[in-house]
Amino acid sequence: MNTPRFFKFAVFLLCLVPLLWIIADGLTDRLGANPIEEITQRTGDWTLRLLLISLAATPARHFFGWRWPLRMRRMLGLYAFFYACLHFLTYLVLDQFFDWGEILKDIIKRPYITIGFAVFVLLIPLAVTSTNTMMRRLGRRWAQLHQLVYVAATGGVFHYLWLVKADYRQPLLYAVVLLLLLGARVWYQRVMLPVTMSTRSLAIPPH
Amino acid sequence: MLIKRPEDVRPSEITEPRVYAERRDFLRNSAGTAFALAAGAAFPALLASRSAQAAAGKLSFAGGSALSTDETPNSLKDITRYNNFYEFGTDKEDPARRAHTLKTDPWTVRVDGEVEKPADYHLEDLIKTSQLEERIYRLRCVEAWSMVIPWVGIPLAGLIKRFKPTSRARFVEFTTLYDPEQMPGQRSQVLDWPYVEGLRMDEAMHPLTLLAVGLYGKVLPNQNGAPIRLVVPWKYGFKNVKSIVRIRFSNTIPRTTWALSGPGEYGFYANVNPTVDHPRWSQSRERRIGEFFKRKTLMFNGYEEQVAGLYRGMDLRRSF
Repeated sequence: MNTPRFFKFAVFLLCLVPLLWIIADGLTDRLGANPIEEITQRTGDWTLRLLLISLAATPARHFFGWRWPLRMRRMLGLYAFFYACLHFLTYLVLDQFFDWGEILKDIIKRPYITIGFAVFVLLIPLAVTSTNTMMRRLGRRWAQLHQLVYVAATGGVFHYLWLVKADYRQPLLYAVVLLLLLGARVWYQRVMLPVTMSTRSLAIPPH
Repeated sequence: MLIKRPEDVRPSEITEPRVYAERRDFLRNSAGTAFALAAGAAFPALLASRSAQAAAGKLSFAGGSALSTDETPNSLKDITRYNNFYEFGTDKEDPARRAHTLKTDPWTVRVDGEVEKPADYHLEDLIKTSQLEERIYRLRCVEAWSMVIPWVGIPLAGLIKRFKPTSRARFVEFTTLYDPEQMPGQRSQVLDWPYVEGLRMDEAMHPLTLLAVGLYGKVLPNQNGAPIRLVVPWKYGFKNVKSIVRIRFSNTIPRTTWALSGPGEYGFYANVNPTVDHPRWSQSRERRIGEFFKRKTLMFNGYEEQVAGLYRGMDLRRSF
């Protein structure tokens, strides 16, 4: 196996660790007194973490010139979706046990669930169009569509912010990381890119 | 009465002197034994470790209160490792990990405000061990989970009568210890410390209202609000203020911590009410810790018969 493929495989396994951890803790009675709440929290945390990590790929190229994170990006995004599915299934099966009436009420009446559900729905087309074929078929529109990930990540942070009772430190930390990642893009386009272009344009004498 | 203790003994293993020191000989008396047998029938594991517990802060108390529920109590492990006690951190397991820094002996409670004789009481002077009773109560957290907990304590009403509040006393306010050295969670401003809770006078005088000093027949573990905490079973858990250092009687409604933190979300009354939702989540059902399916939440947490009269004529939607 060559190095990049081996590296990618390592990241693939690494992303499974949080799930294996939950399973191991579940089997050894280490999920605490309220295991359903614990599973919900952990799968939610990892959805948000993986989304943010995947959003770091582009700034990593812009600021450090690294290209390898871009090759991991799709996998990271799909893993984020994978944990979002587990998070949603935990809510659907373990927490509510298919109580559709309650679920519908939650989605309509509870803003943090409304936005959480919206983010989950939003991630579906992104996951579905993540294949090479779809990328080719959608062409330029693929990039436009996948800008929805900014909306999804922002929604994810608000989902977390709106559900905590008093201790906002953890969700605010996610918010800061997200702002840095989005800010880095703006900075690159508004400040770094124009400088690079104007340095280039200096070589061409004005008229 | 204060007993010097060796340094190398963990606080959890120490037989708390103030509550029962002179009561060792009562350990095997009928009430205690009856409870131990009853608990043992429900929890064989508990019975098996009984000899170990005998050395660790056992209390003697009267069991079999008519106010107790006959539901099966949650395990000691669940009760002592799943706590909302932000003074030690906001994760449920933080208090169990970190509350060992709390020093509960000696402990003084200041009683002031609208009382005839304001005074500072040593805990052992406040709680007469002969009055201890076991009360098995449901506890319903505002976060929509619940437990059944076998508390040991004394009814607050008796104490209040001893304090002789004046005719101006309409509310009782309780304050938790403020000491960031002992309570590391207080170094973060997640709440406006110190924690304050309060009751209307008639609520405080209600026979269900308890000041707990123990659970499962033993001295209260630190993470559960040692050495003395409030238990008001028909209200959401956050009303049950822990590690109390001050009891103040007042003419005006106390400014309570959660009500200040989220005025639209946590009211002064905070009575368990399945028909009035928390703005961000439903209160109609709850998960009993240890159970898979949610249960329906009962009006006043199932204590409607005893307490509904306190709120007759009130709009519970507005006075939530």
